[in-house]
Amino acid sequence: MDFDLTEEQRLLKESVDRLMADAYGDFEKRKRHQEHPQGYSPELWAKYAEMGLLALPFTEEQGGFGGGPVETMLVMEAIGRGLAVEPYLATVVLGGGFLRLAGREDMIPSLAEGSATLAFAHTERQSRDDLFDVATTARRTDNGWVLDGSKSVVLHGDTASHLIVSARTSGNRRDRAGISLFLLPADTAGVSRRGYPTQDGLRAAEITLEQVKLPAGALLGAEGEALPLMERVVDAALAALCAEAVGAMEALHELTIDYLKQRKQFNTTIGSFQAVQHRAADMLVALEQARSMAMYAAMMAEHPDAAVRRPAIAAAKALVNRSADLIGKEAIQLHGGIAMTMEYKAGHYFKRLTMLANQFGDTDRHLRVVAEAGGLDNAA
Amino acid sequence: MELRYTPEEVAFRDELRQVFQSKIPAEIRRKVSEGRHLEREDIATAHRILHAEGLATPNWPVQWGGKDWTPVQRYIYTEEIQRNAVPMPLSFNVAMVGPVIANFASEEQKKRFLPATASLDIWWAQGFSEPGAGSDLASLKTSARREGDTYIVNGQKTWTTLGQHADWIFLLVRTDPAAKKQQGISFLLVDMKTPGITVRPIITIDGAHEVNEVFFDEVKVPVGNLVGEENKGWDYAKFLLSNERTNIARIGLSKEKLARVKERAKETPAGDGTLWDDPDFRRRVAIAEIELKALEITQMRVVAAQRSRAADKPDPNSSILKIKGSELQQMATELMVTVAGPYAAPMPSHSHNEPPVGPDWADAVAPQFFNFRKTSIYGGSNEIQRNIIAKAFLGL
Ligand SMILES: Cc1cc2nc3c(=O)[nH]c(=O)nc-3n(C[C@H](O)[C@H](O)[C@H](O)COP(=O)(O)OP(=O)(O)OC[C@H]3O[C@@H](n4cnc5c(N)ncnc54)[C@H](O)[C@@H]3O)c2cc1C
Repeated sequence: MDFDLTEEQRLLKESVDRLMADAYGDFEKRKRHQEHPQGYSPELWAKYAEMGLLALPFTEEQGGFGGGPVETMLVMEAIGRGLAVEPYLATVVLGGGFLRLAGREDMIPSLAEGSATLAFAHTERQSRDDLFDVATTARRTDNGWVLDGSKSVVLHGDTASHLIVSARTSGNRRDRAGISLFLLPADTAGVSRRGYPTQDGLRAAEITLEQVKLPAGALLGAEGEALPLMERVVDAALAALCAEAVGAMEALHELTIDYLKQRKQFNTTIGSFQAVQHRAADMLVALEQARSMAMYAAMMAEHPDAAVRRPAIAAAKALVNRSADLIGKEAIQLHGGIAMTMEYKAGHYFKRLTMLANQFGDTDRHLRVVAEAGGLDNAA
Repeated sequence: MELRYTPEEVAFRDELRQVFQSKIPAEIRRKVSEGRHLEREDIATAHRILHAEGLATPNWPVQWGGKDWTPVQRYIYTEEIQRNAVPMPLSFNVAMVGPVIANFASEEQKKRFLPATASLDIWWAQGFSEPGAGSDLASLKTSARREGDTYIVNGQKTWTTLGQHADWIFLLVRTDPAAKKQQGISFLLVDMKTPGITVRPIITIDGAHEVNEVFFDEVKVPVGNLVGEENKGWDYAKFLLSNERTNIARIGLSKEKLARVKERAKETPAGDGTLWDDPDFRRRVAIAEIELKALEITQMRVVAAQRSRAADKPDPNSSILKIKGSELQQMATELMVTVAGPYAAPMPSHSHNEPPVGPDWADAVAPQFFNFRKTSIYGGSNEIQRNIIAKAFLGL
């Protein structure tokens, strides 16, 4: 048992924390980053690349730094604290995860240097969070594939240079088998995208695929067997989201405590009211529980046995969601009116936490995964 | 004990329902139902129609356009107006300043203000809160210094809801700087066109312009605009706030929202069927409906008890109604976010030629969930309500 960071991990944490403090410490800067056409600052993205963050999860042979889920956790926590808007989750955690596990080393250098960005296009109108609910089709032709269908609310899908698309190569809409993944340049003929901002300050896109002709090599991984791979990568993304949430919750809690110490009503600081103190204390309890589960998720994210990994990750997300819910709402409430304003940072954390809790499944969904596994002890 | 309405009450309800459904434009009711931001004209149109039907100010004294209704009829009115997604007549006029004027102002003031307040010829804003005076409202600093026949008002109000549309504002101001807190406060009516008043927007987290800051710089107000006695304003404010809290329960509104939650869940694909087939989701709706039913009966008990209370006495249960009522409104908006699923995320499109990303109601769902955090903050925060219950009723 060891919860300490290694020397290298400590250095990584220090440098990402510093990057985020520089880029987002002044909240006005976030607005400026968002004003870029792609919704984030290309200069800042270049800094991620320069610092090696984009190459983090790849092995040294792949041109990376051999970072694992713990390293990703450190980066995502800093992203959460900063309320950062760069497509790290979409490009590095999700996109990078697919490239790594499906053996597409050829794309890693352009990703690592920041010139390629990725988006995972899986949600469909009817699918909600069922990864296996895929109506988009891929039909084999003499020299490749033809894709037809549409994908919805694709995180950073409007600006990604490449898309990873789930499509059905056989079976029925909700079959677990018969799903394949395709990697394609986003400007491939037949792909149309409509981008828009999201409630939490990020961006997403509706993507239509109409007679999209792809070469045989666009297939990512084995034909018809993409679901286990998707679940594995999404579990890694869930662990990363847990870490992001912890960073955001920690910053929001700090902001709240500072405010409780400053704001005076009835001739005293509102933090001196015991009713308020207990709620602030409960927020800390929720935060530390979430932190523990984000660590648990990081440590379980690469567990080879899906029957063990999936309930563990689901447990982490379920708990993190509940903490995010409590901390987000309490932070607004304990601030009073001020937190209801666009100018003040607290509301933006609340909005990100609200949306994050719904990414890749809400609380009910993850509780169900744990319950269906018969609880957690079986998964230990 | 009897839950059911009498045949006369049923007939009364059906009559109101008929008016609400046939007279209020469907487009306005759709906006309310979807939780969309209402424009000035939407609120004004609905208010004026209700006024023309004699239904804007039923709770006022009969002499001033009120109705001689029983408490049950008043309850049915509020319930039906909300369940039919009709915008409530402007609460600053109808539930706040109107009753204060009717109860405490001079005959001359009543004649001058009540008809125009009822018809919305005057749009009122509530100028109570200040940057330094939120929960501790009595610490307010905006001052009114008397010089002959005028008060000179200086200071700042904030969170002034819809102040950008207001013709008049009712203010709590300090008229006796020497008196202790509550004692030196007066209730003043101020024309927003008076020189020296500046209104600045505050944008809330849902992106809406709903609240404002209002600045007063040497604003001259005729002494005749004082309501009641000088330095007695706190009593009138307490009367007003207690009315505000009962109204704030908005049980009919939560009912309407939960009905929409169910309706939309039935249209929302999930798994092999719809979201309504998901037992976990249904369970959450059930919990909300059970709580709401309990609150409804609590409210009915309060209403029934009012039969034997003086009409102008506020009910002590208003704090209970405020706490639970606000929580249920929040719960309903949160369930709607769940129904929208991934489609809660896209920001609403501002261009008319771009269709909404998801179902056409979905882009309003997250903003309303964010916006409704306010319901446990304003009207006396839920913590302050608990303090009131603990101190005033429990004697702790
Ligand atoms: C959207 C919106 C619209 C509004 N519209 C209007 C309007 O039209 N006109 C108007 O005059 N005002 C309006 N208000 C103001 C509203 O009434 C105040 O926000 C409210 O009174 C709380 O004050 P505050 O925001 O300053 O919070 P604070 O009073 O600073 O409270 C901060 C936190 O401390 C808690 N707290 C304070 N004192 C205690 C205590 N003694 N014990 C325990 N906890 C305590 C509060 O409950 C809250 O959680 C509006 C507010 C909002 C958000």
